[in-house]
Amino acid sequence: MSLVAEPGLVAEDERSASQPRRRGYAAYVGLKVLGAIGSLCFMLVVNFLLFRVLPGDPAKTLGRGRLTSQAQVDAFNKTYGLNEPLPQQFLTFLKNIAHGDLGISLQYRLPVSQLIMDRLWTTLLLVGTSTILATVIGVYLGIRGAWNRGGLFDRISTGASLTLYSMPEWWLGLLLIAGLGVGFGFVPGLFPTGLLHSQNVDPNSLHGVFDTVWHLVLPVTTLTLAYLADYSLIMRSSLLDELGEDYLQTARAKGLRDVQVRNHHAVRNALLPTTTIIALNIGFVVSGAITVETVFSIPGLGLLATDAIGVPDFWVLQGTFLVASAGVILANLAANLLYGWLDPRVRT
Amino acid sequence: MNGPTTAPLLALRDLHVTYATDAGLLRAVRGVDLAVESGQIVGVAGESGCGKSTLASTILRLQAANATVTGEVLFEGRDVLTMRWGDLRAVRWAGASIVFQGALHSLNPVHRIGEQVAEPIRLHTPGLGDASVRRRIAELLEQVGLDPERARAYPHQLSGGQKQRVMIAMALACDPQLVVADEPTTALDVMVQAQVLDVLSALVRERGVGMLMISHDLSVLADLCDRITVMYAGRVVEEGPAAQVFADPLHPYSGALSAAFPRVGDPAARFAPAGLPGDPPDPRQLPGGCSFAPRCPRAAEVCLPAEPELASYAEGRMAACVRIGDPTDSPVELVAETTARDGDPS
Repeated sequence: MSLVAEPGLVAEDERSASQPRRRGYAAYVGLKVLGAIGSLCFMLVVNFLLFRVLPGDPAKTLGRGRLTSQAQVDAFNKTYGLNEPLPQQFLTFLKNIAHGDLGISLQYRLPVSQLIMDRLWTTLLLVGTSTILATVIGVYLGIRGAWNRGGLFDRISTGASLTLYSMPEWWLGLLLIAGLGVGFGFVPGLFPTGLLHSQNVDPNSLHGVFDTVWHLVLPVTTLTLAYLADYSLIMRSSLLDELGEDYLQTARAKGLRDVQVRNHHAVRNALLPTTTIIALNIGFVVSGAITVETVFSIPGLGLLATDAIGVPDFWVLQGTFLVASAGVILANLAANLLYGWLDPRVRT
Repeated sequence: MNGPTTAPLLALRDLHVTYATDAGLLRAVRGVDLAVESGQIVGVAGESGCGKSTLASTILRLQAANATVTGEVLFEGRDVLTMRWGDLRAVRWAGASIVFQGALHSLNPVHRIGEQVAEPIRLHTPGLGDASVRRRIAELLEQVGLDPERARAYPHQLSGGQKQRVMIAMALACDPQLVVADEPTTALDVMVQAQVLDVLSALVRERGVGMLMISHDLSVLADLCDRITVMYAGRVVEEGPAAQVFADPLHPYSGALSAAFPRVGDPAARFAPAGLPGDPPDPRQLPGGCSFAPRCPRAAEVCLPAEPELASYAEGRMAACVRIGDPTDSPVELVAETTARDGDPS
């Protein structure tokens, strides 16, 4: 995939020699950062409007059909600023966000920002570990499979990847809980499910750290398996696309070992499309975290949002959406920067 | 490292390459003999699909995985096809290097060209310091007429001609004894093509290394080469000194290739471009007898029973055609003669 047109073959031979193009990486980074800031602004607008145009009046919904006097509704709307015109509300919204104020949770009576900060690390731990594991394992499987296409390893890993790829992550999670968490027959449950700490264990002690890791095994395995399939299939097909390329023949002719040809030449090029997909996928991993946190009762952002839907706790929902979208935008920015570093063609 | 002094630098002996394809066996090269001496430029001519690139790929044992190769590829007397991997890797690039066709894709798009030229140098002369490697790259780029500063460029920042110059610099990086140039100028326009060929042949002559140059353009080969081998449907149909093969071809196919390029100063040739009708045979279903017969303007009954063998016709000239020296032009009159000459192609 060439993102930039090749210079014409008929181009005068000495043109580019006299005028080296070295706009380079800095300009590329600047452009991508500006793009990300634009996305963030757009996301703020959507985030604000989404919760204002939702059908249903918050005050009435929270009344759960009980008789509420107009005075009570007015008081509620005044407390939360809902009686003001939309543009005014938007300004207040922006001002509050700038101060890190995401409102007060209706359910917990606590600042939403505090609720989110408490749970953010849990979700980051879950999503981060799974993304790293899924990427590393998936890319490795894809490389090994493609390099010996049609071999035993390739057939097994492609078959397994396709099976995992077609499984919803909540179902995979339930299977793992049933098989490894609860145990069956005489087989005891091996791994804990639910929460991230055992009771009576100080999470800050060494023992507590191991305890957390132990609790993370099943949810992380679920998310990793659900996404590594995707990555291994993509890495495999992008590497297969590279295999017929002429530059690999050049590399072989130079006398490089097979492994050097693969790692230094083929994989570097095949990683380009894979990087894009992994970055785009981080959005889906966040949504996957919502289901997995629910299935495993892990107190992260996903569970916070799921619980908030039932109330409905508008400000918690708005806050978690905001954080999740910002996370996806940042992840995409990181991927863009990585992509520019991997592929010199997008820089110029 | 040198073999017996009598052995040529490169010798192909009865080389056969067969591809296993879904549609059956594809016999791309069928019994080719060829030799390149040090300091000699040997051309291989033929149209697309005649097996010349397949032949080039076997010299460094780079043939595709579905190819079966038999015969011998002797580089400095040692068979490349059977040597151990370690020895083969040492021969690759340090002994013989390749200027690939279509340099547009033969360079890795994500590495700077300096790194790509440096790669074989570092690989084959371990322990060479970074400064020496850099000096060597600058020297090589200068020799092919590129600014040494360009070492920092990526392939997409170079024009087609510049990329092909980089390929040449790369091919000479380890001072090989043999350079294989596989259609080195295919994707280039005519002016750049001439420049690149000049650079390549000058450097090869200067260093006294052997070169095997593959092209569909007989006129280019006639200019640059000492000897020319003409291939058709996987076999050698003519071999001889370059100028003679081009000016006075023995085989009707060489004649057609030669006539396909109008000569400057010959007005008649300009208005009557001599093309060759028809396509080369499907290598999966070769015709019996002479494989060129279906397209040959001189084909006759006598051509059909068996594939003609290469035979010597003059000092240093070989061709595979039973009709050479046969004055009759009309196939019909030849029918009676067929039996008399059958089985005695020379």
